[in-house]
Amino acid sequence: MTRMQKFMGWVDARFPATKVWNEHIAEYYAPKNFNFWYFFGSLAMLVLVNQLLTGIWLTMHYNPSAEGAFASVEYIMRDVPYGWLLRYMHSTGASAFFLVIYLHMFRAMLYGSYRKPRELVWLFGMVIFVLLMAEAFMGYLLPWGNMSYWGAQVIINLFLAVPYFGEDLVQWIRGDYLISGATLTRFFALHVVALPIALLLMVFLHIVALHAVGSNNPDGVEIKKNKDENGIPKDGIPFHPYYTVKDILGVAGFLFLFCMVIFFFPEGGGYFLEPPNFTPADNLKTPEHIAPVWYFTPFYSVLRAVPDMALGVVAMGLSIVVLFLMPWLDRSPVKSIRYKGWIYKTGLFLFVVSFVILGYLGMKPPSDLFTLIARICTVYYFFYFLLFLPFYHLFDKTKPVPERVTH
Amino acid sequence: MSKDGVDNGRRRFLLWSTSTVGAVGAVGIAVPFVGSWQPSARAEAAGAPVEVDVTKIAPGQAVRHEWQGKPIFVVKRTPEILSKLGEITKQDMLKDPMSEKEGTKQPGYIKPETRSIKDDVFVVIGICTHLGCVPQHKKELSAEEGGGFFCPCHGSKFDLAGRVFSGVPASNNLEVPPYSYKDDKTIIIGIDQGAV
Repeated sequence: MTRMQKFMGWVDARFPATKVWNEHIAEYYAPKNFNFWYFFGSLAMLVLVNQLLTGIWLTMHYNPSAEGAFASVEYIMRDVPYGWLLRYMHSTGASAFFLVIYLHMFRAMLYGSYRKPRELVWLFGMVIFVLLMAEAFMGYLLPWGNMSYWGAQVIINLFLAVPYFGEDLVQWIRGDYLISGATLTRFFALHVVALPIALLLMVFLHIVALHAVGSNNPDGVEIKKNKDENGIPKDGIPFHPYYTVKDILGVAGFLFLFCMVIFFFPEGGGYFLEPPNFTPADNLKTPEHIAPVWYFTPFYSVLRAVPDMALGVVAMGLSIVVLFLMPWLDRSPVKSIRYKGWIYKTGLFLFVVSFVILGYLGMKPPSDLFTLIARICTVYYFFYFLLFLPFYHLFDKTKPVPERVTH
Repeated sequence: MSKDGVDNGRRRFLLWSTSTVGAVGAVGIAVPFVGSWQPSARAEAAGAPVEVDVTKIAPGQAVRHEWQGKPIFVVKRTPEILSKLGEITKQDMLKDPMSEKEGTKQPGYIKPETRSIKDDVFVVIGICTHLGCVPQHKKELSAEEGGGFFCPCHGSKFDLAGRVFSGVPASNNLEVPPYSYKDDKTIIIGIDQGAV
């Protein structure tokens, strides 16, 4: 026995290190036909690590008070060595996080990854998505720019739609009669401590659930149905080294684009860091045009599309709730889009189109034409989830699904 | 596990009583955590009344003050503006011309037609009832609508009595804060008429 084996023997007698490594990495058998769309899970992990690291470093210089927040962000940008880089990595990371997560979710829609037996994987993932939105929203208040301030004002006031307690609830969230230092400090505490802990826990559950049922794949067939004499899926390959190496390629590609944004377009053309946020928060002056950061705009468009405020808030809430229900809404006998017919393909295509249009409109000031388009897209959004998903299988013609994965 | 000699009634009683005491304890410990989010004593003290000299406002002009951290518009309305408000009321352009809708906030002592104590001076909280942005005072929204307030966030429009026009996202009229006349020249925002 080498020293290393001796040492691992000592550890394994006290902690299941080798067992965990094997179960989740070295002997975790993933389908061999993963494609481009399977990069985004590991990329989401990478961005999470980026946000945690840069976030911890930013708190070392940031001052969470109404008087000091804006100045401390300028201090980070101008005086702290590499402060600008840490901040741009964090702010660009927020946008990258949503981009990666949206593509990760779209992958699940393409190949039916939310279908039985992966309902819990999807639900844990959706909780991560909601936590991520809360995290991003609270983080956006911290620079204490004028868009931070008014963006938070608009979102917190959504709770006014709650009957009877709306007013008190909003005051309780703010901790003042207006958004003030009290709001900033509690958002800071939630953003840097509470929500990251919750996020990490949910990521843990997401992966535990995934590894219990095994990964789906572009063919949507269960590889565990075809095992060899050792009980290993015939179409499975160990995660390490095969997919660790594949994911490193994805990381390289991602970092290429990520660094391009950080070094050449850190403000993302006003979409990652909005222009009014370069002036300090002013509770008496609303920016000319308030728009949330791009990753919230599809849902924000749904809110604006409804003429009544309370119903608008309900519609926006529902637009997220329906995502949670997807495992039970989709009734097709086939998981993967590869074996579905043109009806599903058209329906999904139109969904993506309306989601993107809603996202675009949410960034633009309202006008009669835009409101009309937003209403059409909102109607389609709900049609897709509530009528199309449960019933398309009655009309759609599916192709026969193979026994084993194709490649 | 042997079930011999288990007193199920006693076990059930102990289970329920410890759970109940535990739940009461959990609610009790939540009180300071939830309560600490309420406005602090310092925040409450910052909401002191504000005095405004209305003779210094030119006819047709709006001035902006701050009370409880909220923007307050004080508008000096001319007779032309007041007659325009009357026209608007008749033309069915408003969602709630007499401010009768549930959720509309205004003191009981103001006149519902002009939403003010005296016709010429209009006091209103400049926070859109849609999602809390600050509307801009415009001398003319359109020829038909006359002057008013325009919210840049989602395009809500209010007339110069803070009443919301039809076809915009906001559903309630702007809130009128408590205020009173100290003398003919001065109003106090934050103290009710007749309270002193």
